[in-house]
Amino acid sequence: MEFALSQEQVLFSDSLRGLLTERVTIDALRHHAETGSGFDEGLWDSLVELGLPGLLVPERFGGAGLGIVDAAVAAEVIGGTAAFAPFAGSVVMATLAFVHAATEALQSEWLPRIAAGEVRFGVGISRNGGQVHAAIDAGTATHLLVYLPDGNAAVVPATQASVHMHRSIDRTRPVTDLTIDPAQAIILDAANAPQAAMQRVLDAGRVVLAADTLGAAQHMFDSALAFVKQREQFGRIIGSFQAMKHQFADMVTMLEPCRGMVWYAAYAQDALPDEARVTALQTKAHLGDVGREIARMATEAHGGMGFTDLLGLHYWFKRIMFNRQMLGGPEHCREEAARVQGWV
Amino acid sequence: MDLSLSDKHRALQDEVRTFVREHGHKSPKLGGGRKRPDQKTRDWQRLLVDHGYVGRTIPRAYGGAGAEPDVLEAAVIASEFAAAGIYAGMTNQGISMLVPTLLEVGTEQQKKQWVEKTIRGDVIWCQGYSEPGAGSDLASLTTRGVLQDGHWVINGQKIWTSSAHYADMMFLLCRTEPDKSKHEGISYLLLSMQTPGIEVRPLRTMTGRAEFNEVFFTDVRVPEHQIVLGRGKGWHVANVTLKHERSMIGNAEKMTTRLEQLIALLKANGLLGVAEYRDRLLKLQGEVIAWKAHNLRLLTEAAQGVDSGVKRMIVKYGGTMLGFRLASLAIDALGTAGLPFESAGEDAEDDDATTWNIDYLYDVGLMIGGGSNNIQKNIIAERGLDLPREPKVARV
Repeated sequence: MEFALSQEQVLFSDSLRGLLTERVTIDALRHHAETGSGFDEGLWDSLVELGLPGLLVPERFGGAGLGIVDAAVAAEVIGGTAAFAPFAGSVVMATLAFVHAATEALQSEWLPRIAAGEVRFGVGISRNGGQVHAAIDAGTATHLLVYLPDGNAAVVPATQASVHMHRSIDRTRPVTDLTIDPAQAIILDAANAPQAAMQRVLDAGRVVLAADTLGAAQHMFDSALAFVKQREQFGRIIGSFQAMKHQFADMVTMLEPCRGMVWYAAYAQDALPDEARVTALQTKAHLGDVGREIARMATEAHGGMGFTDLLGLHYWFKRIMFNRQMLGGPEHCREEAARVQGWV
Repeated sequence: MDLSLSDKHRALQDEVRTFVREHGHKSPKLGGGRKRPDQKTRDWQRLLVDHGYVGRTIPRAYGGAGAEPDVLEAAVIASEFAAAGIYAGMTNQGISMLVPTLLEVGTEQQKKQWVEKTIRGDVIWCQGYSEPGAGSDLASLTTRGVLQDGHWVINGQKIWTSSAHYADMMFLLCRTEPDKSKHEGISYLLLSMQTPGIEVRPLRTMTGRAEFNEVFFTDVRVPEHQIVLGRGKGWHVANVTLKHERSMIGNAEKMTTRLEQLIALLKANGLLGVAEYRDRLLKLQGEVIAWKAHNLRLLTEAAQGVDSGVKRMIVKYGGTMLGFRLASLAIDALGTAGLPFESAGEDAEDDDATTWNIDYLYDVGLMIGGGSNNIQKNIIAERGLDLPREPKVARV
């Protein structure tokens, strides 16, 4: 038994963090937020070089063939740097949709293109057979993958859909409504149990969004901790005030167990089928709640500066807000966890 | 990341399961600790020691099984006992605090004399640390020990001394070097509770039970050699001990059991159908999943010999708060049915409602004992997050 990241995972996480820290500076973030579609060609090319889009694509289709734990590790770094790069939908959910529900022929046609970063998917759920509210990563996606009420997924080029992009509260990521015509789509219908296959994909997305929130919350916490160690008032470093210390103790006591939780839920998706659903739903819900608390407390610890646009901490604050609502907010996820366990 | 067990650990798991099947019926009921262990509990304890499930890593020379330290083995044993609802052995302060301390800093003679008897449950210890004027600020303790004719002569008072009313022995902190600094003036002594001059007065708590005592010392004479590590070294010795206590209090197995009992309670009362109760339960389930995963991280780091730092320091604070919230929901789910409180004294077997009430009240004590949560938060911030210490202020 070993419940820790492997050396490879730590190295991968470090190199991704190195790249993103260099490229996603606060100025770049600010610039992107003014115009943002959630996508930056140059950054994407660098991520392709690193092999990020093929993370979950099986090796025989040109990917790295890694698992959800690796995806969660990457998501934590992406959230930590507030990187404007499609990931949860485009890299994780779309890949898994093909892996779990596409025929061999469709897999060999599409998965290599995903791994090569040639195609980027927006992912949505349609309750009525074509219309989608708040699709993930659909800003400048080349293709759209829409789950239909029967649990099968419809794939269309973005040009064939009617797409409405709204700038969201998180200026680095738009929220997109779209309509497709399933009759014109390629249908991924090779899963034996389409609803279960769809849930696996949604749950993987939930774990990855939770990991993104973990990274964003950790960034806010680290930033606040560094601030209170250098800011002086009343002739003292403000971090020496017990009121401050106790807030930081509360934050770290909430936040640190979340990392194990995210790893556990990610691991469960691939290795513990009996626990996969409940842990994904609970982790998405818990990180939504903890993320909100950390975002507020970390902002508050910065005093007036925390509230300014100048410092830019709000990008992470809003990233946490955005993640909280996507693929079901905490109440919704917990209620689904209750249904999964037969409590309702 | 791999949560599967190695062959060695799987073999141990099988072995423990076989043991539980063959001997489980001899286990005493879970809980207890308020009164001196009865014959059944002591017999069970010896069986566990003989099978190496208690004192597993303690050298054979001192009555243990002499196994190589392996935290995963300990975890496998603990989880099998918990899953079977079987008593995993006594968890008194002698076993969990004094024994590891003696093994780390005791003399050969002290280890020989006390370790085996303690782990077998033949000698029960109590801890003489806190005083009315020295709680969170333990190092300001004033109970005096003066060396006279080859004996330490002890005068003073201790408080919050659990099990002093039935303990055989005490490990005691007292001030033997009054001219030295606060921390360097303390010594750690071992003494018999039968020594003349000791008076034990039970201290009834808000649970209605006497879980603690006050202990008064009037010219209590302790042989000079019954000191651990030497004069003025008591604070160092106590920190070895406290380290063991803090890691003992946050317990993932207990959280899981409590959550399962809570789910069963809400099911039985039809409250899973009520959204407010259900959502509270679900939130708690999420927190338990998080802390269990956190525990797996700590376990892995311990097995790798990594110091977990702040990750370890948050366990007592986070764990006691979660325990209280779990008990709180049970109290609310019971409603007025939980109000009749028939605790019939120290020896009574409690009904479920009484057990939840005791847990709920006792958890408040756990937040205070062994370093109150406010002190824990200082420790987390100062030692864990490296925030500057509070400046000292002159008395106002």
